[in-house]
Amino acid sequence: MSELLRAEGIGKRFGGFVALEDITVSFAAGQLTSIIGSNGAGKSTFFNILSGALTPSSGKLHFRGRELNGLPQHRFVHQGISRSYQITNIFPDLTVHENVRVAAQALTVSYDIWRNRTRLAELNARADTALDAVGLLGKRGELAKFLSHGQQRALEIAIALVSEPELLLLDEPTAGMGPEETKDMVALLERLADKRTVLLVEHKMKMVLGLSKRVVVLHHGRLLADGAPDEIRGNPEVRRVYLGQSEGYG
Amino acid sequence: MAKSAPGGLAWLLDQRVLLSIAVLAVLPWLLPSKALAVNVLIYGVVVMGYNLLFGYTGLLSFGQAAFFGAGAYFTGIAIGRYGVPWFAAVTIAVLLSTCLAAVIGVVSTRTRGIYFSMVTLALAQLVYYVALQAASFTGGENGLRGFTVDRISLFGLSVNFLDPVNKYYVLMAFAALAMWFQSRILNSPFGAVIEAIRENEQRARACGYNVERCKLIVFMLSGAISSLGGCMLALHLSIVPLDILHYQTSGMIVMMVLLGGARSFFGPFVGAATFLILEDVISLWTPHWQIFVGAIFVLFVLFLPKGIWGTLLEGLPIRKARQ
Repeated sequence: MSELLRAEGIGKRFGGFVALEDITVSFAAGQLTSIIGSNGAGKSTFFNILSGALTPSSGKLHFRGRELNGLPQHRFVHQGISRSYQITNIFPDLTVHENVRVAAQALTVSYDIWRNRTRLAELNARADTALDAVGLLGKRGELAKFLSHGQQRALEIAIALVSEPELLLLDEPTAGMGPEETKDMVALLERLADKRTVLLVEHKMKMVLGLSKRVVVLHHGRLLADGAPDEIRGNPEVRRVYLGQSEGYG
Repeated sequence: MAKSAPGGLAWLLDQRVLLSIAVLAVLPWLLPSKALAVNVLIYGVVVMGYNLLFGYTGLLSFGQAAFFGAGAYFTGIAIGRYGVPWFAAVTIAVLLSTCLAAVIGVVSTRTRGIYFSMVTLALAQLVYYVALQAASFTGGENGLRGFTVDRISLFGLSVNFLDPVNKYYVLMAFAALAMWFQSRILNSPFGAVIEAIRENEQRARACGYNVERCKLIVFMLSGAISSLGGCMLALHLSIVPLDILHYQTSGMIVMMVLLGGARSFFGPFVGAATFLILEDVISLWTPHWQIFVGAIFVLFVLFLPKGIWGTLLEGLPIRKARQ
């Protein structure tokens, strides 16, 4: 499989605190990879660096062979990297359709003031396709703030999906969900992973090990292990520091 | 649930520019004086520009007086000092004011929240003191005088601008242009972007928007529209009082938008009319009219946070499902 994203010697310091140190890892195109680790392992920091929300203190990021260092966050989307957040992050007072349409137009007509936004047929169709993919097409006219928690999480994925990213970064997409909603989300993630490269941060180990083709384990800001789910499951060091204590493992 | 609009009502509300013009067209006959109606038009345009920044984008500026004043001063100077025809003077004034908005915007839109408000306030006061000190150019504390527009001519038509009714309808044409432009922005893809930034700046950035650049563009557009109100004031009064640049004017603009309803298209005109009528009526009784207007403003903020027009619209079955 070809390499899509490569992190090379990534480090991040916040003042005197070292959040990440010398992380070198690459992500192949077309597979679902999960990043796991206990609280404070540096997962979110690493995720924020991969999505451009944080700049690394050291190291380099390469996406499709192109260096991303120095690019502002919004340019990451233009390169083909899109993300969702751990805490639901949508446009609450816009309709479900508007939430996705405004994301769809980011790459094409952002500053246009001469056309009517509701008459951009291609964008409207793309927004509807993304909503259909996450099962929210029937809710397109509702205000996003009135959706259930699970639906809001799905909407956030539709927002990330509509720019047709090559790499989709999902930060704990099942956070705060009940068993039924989690089941729906897992089914959605399986569908997504069939068509694109997905990078997932998640705490529910049973789900992670079931879904992922590959798992990256961080511990205290360092790379602890990197391999197929079975290798990770059998890694004594990973069991000692993380798996033995994680929720839902077994 | 989003409220769905009955087809006829939705169509009617989509004609917001025409509806607004229709209401403004009868305003001089509803208000006690033509002068008051002219002031409602002028401040309505200024506040409408501010509403783009505050209501639709969520940026609370305390410096909008800088653009209102800049439009008025540039118009007066162009006509009085350089003998530029009124139409060219207004065009030049709006362009120069937009440049001023770009300069203030470049600095202020890098900040957020209260810092943004304070930076806009400080830079607008800087503009005020420049106008005060450059007395040979601006008239200093006496204001800018020495220019009069008594006839307005365009495309072969010439009207007596000293006639109050003519003056109102000529200025209404400016207001109509501003409303059309603002409506165009709000209906456009860029209108969707500024709403998104107001709703969730972090998400907008993660969608791929250069949020800082978008804010700067809105700041300039807002300044341009408010400066047109300044041009209207200069044509109307034939003087430009220095007070127009003062932070009290910025405060008044904030009060007007909140009274009328931020994020509502016609709210700025309702807010301007409410404020000016209150001022007119209460100042007949007492010179301390600000105390009463201030108290009424506080009551509005507490009990009608969406303003008069915003609250009225909320009661109608409109919006989202229109698409």
